Amino acid sequence: MGVPILKQGYYLIATIQTALTDTDLQGLRDGLIAQIGRYRARGVIIDITALDVMDSFAVRTVQDIAQMGRLRGAETVIVGVQPEVALSMVELGLTLAGVNTALDLEEGLIFLDERTKRASKGGEARAP
Amino acid sequence: MRRERRGAVQPDGPAPAPRLKGRTSADLPAENSIPVRSEADIVFARQKGRELAAALGFRSTDLTLIATAISELARNIVLYARRGEIVLSRLEENGRRGIAVQAQDDGPGIPDVNLAMRSGYSTSGGLGLGLPGVRRLMDEFVIVSEPRKGTIVTAKIWIQ
Repeated sequence: MGVPILKQGYYLIATIQTALTDTDLQGLRDGLIAQIGRYRARGVIIDITALDVMDSFAVRTVQDIAQMGRLRGAETVIVGVQPEVALSMVELGLTLAGVNTALDLEEGLIFLDERTKRASKGGEARAP
Repeated sequence: MRRERRGAVQPDGPAPAPRLKGRTSADLPAENSIPVRSEADIVFARQKGRELAAALGFRSTDLTLIATAISELARNIVLYARRGEIVLSRLEENGRRGIAVQAQDDGPGIPDVNLAMRSGYSTSGGLGLGLPGVRRLMDEFVIVSEPRKGTIVTAKIWIQ
């Protein structure tokens, strides 16, 4: 089952709504990377609030998305890491180094607004 | 290597989630064997483990640790052995309770277990955190592997 990707202004928002198989995660990666170009997105938010586990494969895929996205000119932020998921990730030694995180969707949007704001178009990065 | 076939494999398809309200852990099956052959089985196995652990009385933090450990072990089966099983059993010892997760396969085995247990070592292009990660997530961890025969990983965690 795929993850719906929502376009909002210059951002893409992917909200994971159920447990994902490895193939689903790779599909999410490929979908996001393709859509960054199609919609000329500057930011990507991945909401993992509903994800049951962040194991080594999921973490690796998220890191890949962030790095590939950056190469395509978009900043990625992961939101919704639950306390117990954070604990299991730390125990596993998976720190998501190099990947932006924010508490929730709201904080993620604020983060991207600050990150993608351009001097000449200040405050305009986020379309209504 | 000792390779006992434990318990009967569940009939095809996921069994309906047991209704646990008003039941105690004593009503639960002592053992639950989940065949692992595909990616979808990885998800099913970790959900089953979470369910069983919840019924045993584990806190929600531990449920995620257990589900994550099962996910790593089941992925190793699919990745290296193609098929195997995850056996979940409830533990009771000196008044404390816990859960054992046993991952077993008849795959190629691990040539150098010490190397495989080293953090960051991977032959699959992964992060190399699977097995050492599982050892950190769980309270007890034993791995037995024999080349061309298979691998059995037993990981236990107790209710604090």
